[in-house]
Amino acid sequence: MTASGPPFRLLPRLDDANRFYWTSGSDGRLRFQRCGRCRHYVHPPAPRCPYCLADALVPEVVSGRGVVHSFTVNMQQWFPDAEPYIIGLVTMAEQDDVRLTTNIIDTDADDMAIGMEVQVDFVAADDVWLPVFRPVVSGEPEPSREPAS
Amino acid sequence: MKADQLLERKAVISGIGQSAVGRRLGRSDLDLTVEAALVAIADAGLSRDDIDGLSTYPGMGMGPGGFAGPAGPDVQDALRLKLNWHDGGGEGAGQIRAVMAACLAVAAGLARHVLVYRTVTESTAQGKGGRQALGGMGAMVGPGGGPPRMTGFLQWTIPFGAVSAVNWLAQVARRRMYEFGLTREQLAQIALNGRRNAALNPHAIFRDPLSMEDYLAARMISTPLCLFDCDVPCDGSTAVIVSHVDYAPDAPRSVAHVNAIGTALRGRPSWDQFDDMTTMAARDAAASMWERTELTPADVDVAELYDGFSILTMTWLEELGFCGKGESGPFVEGGERIALTGQIPLNTSGGQLSAGRLHGFGFLHEACLQLRGEAGDRQVAGPPEVAVVANGGGPIAGTMLLTRGRG
Repeated sequence: MTASGPPFRLLPRLDDANRFYWTSGSDGRLRFQRCGRCRHYVHPPAPRCPYCLADALVPEVVSGRGVVHSFTVNMQQWFPDAEPYIIGLVTMAEQDDVRLTTNIIDTDADDMAIGMEVQVDFVAADDVWLPVFRPVVSGEPEPSREPAS
Repeated sequence: MKADQLLERKAVISGIGQSAVGRRLGRSDLDLTVEAALVAIADAGLSRDDIDGLSTYPGMGMGPGGFAGPAGPDVQDALRLKLNWHDGGGEGAGQIRAVMAACLAVAAGLARHVLVYRTVTESTAQGKGGRQALGGMGAMVGPGGGPPRMTGFLQWTIPFGAVSAVNWLAQVARRRMYEFGLTREQLAQIALNGRRNAALNPHAIFRDPLSMEDYLAARMISTPLCLFDCDVPCDGSTAVIVSHVDYAPDAPRSVAHVNAIGTALRGRPSWDQFDDMTTMAARDAAASMWERTELTPADVDVAELYDGFSILTMTWLEELGFCGKGESGPFVEGGERIALTGQIPLNTSGGQLSAGRLHGFGFLHEACLQLRGEAGDRQVAGPPEVAVVANGGGPIAGTMLLTRGRG
């Protein structure tokens, strides 16, 4: 089984706080808020930096690399006729207290392991781009952080 | 901290009551609540005219069908209570936050006898709606006619099919396997112990024997958690009366004294951003409870530890100090230490895994029964002097330490 995520996705409602995040994948790049003063990344989006309280958070492109902190293979039929899919908890390479609940795709459930290196990909649906992750192929170079023009 | 500064010690649990508990009872949540309330009021030696406080978790329509129980005002009106203090809500230190609030209210003199209840009709609600009620996501309809859009915390999980706490906590279980070497056979002991105790509880929902072979053969829900790692939706109401300690000598039954409550939440309040996924909020609630008492884990005679999912009980065993961090697997192996005759009798009514998902309050009811020596065939010898109750999982956690009254 090569996992591809759930067969049906309820999507987030966009608002002024989360829009940059859920639409970031439109250019193939993942972004988080980053503090211009203390340089921490912040997730989920916040009005001020929760570390130093500066009003200086700006979305910034990250590598999209991460490590599988944990995972589960969902077997319950929340959706009719759903194949098993992999839910993962991914810690971002830039900062280990930024985690995403996501799907791990393009891999077999039997090959999943905590500590696995993964790379962001996006599932486009309606007006959002959901960040999902696939295993990093050995020797694969880190992607450019420059936003596509 | 000096004992006279611990306001929770001004409170006792003077009465307990439970409605019928079962699958698809088809009765309203208000009907079940009134039944449980009247039992608890009589058990405390009171009449409804004595009840001047009301508290619940969560009330007022929170969550999916059958979850919230009736709103406080509906219960107040059904019993025509004249209240000096009333409270309800889903935020706080686990489901027993409603009991903690009542303790502080009687300590502050805002009320003398508080009726506290928690009612669920999840079995009936799910029976009516089938899979859709359980989260049949493809069939949900939002305000605009199409599928609903997710907001708040759910926006970070639901779009990825992480639709249930079982998905979120399965990742906690997997992480514990990675860090501590936890095995499914060890985790199974929580379910097996619950079922052994449920066989001695005439009100439990599942009482047939459950073997290790049954557990290991059960269908997976979200790996590594299987069907028997998940609690059983039910219908039922639990009510307790929280009274001022001055009432203890007049109470007809031995009261349960509130020795300490644990309410802390020091990590991030999130299912996926908490700093230590292997403990989550149980760590903070347990630590803050032990900071408020001279008692120690070695003094505890019976433990009623939340088992909405088996993995949560493992976490509570460690964080409450019955074994070291990461050691709950070896601790429960074989089941002897947690049996009724063991070092720390655990989930003596069968817990939510076998007796039914009374959502935290079932544990409180059972702890009081055990302290009174009224737990029938499942009574722990002694009877026990000290009981601990833990509610919640993930970023939600609250604990309460109870001691036996002296008559």
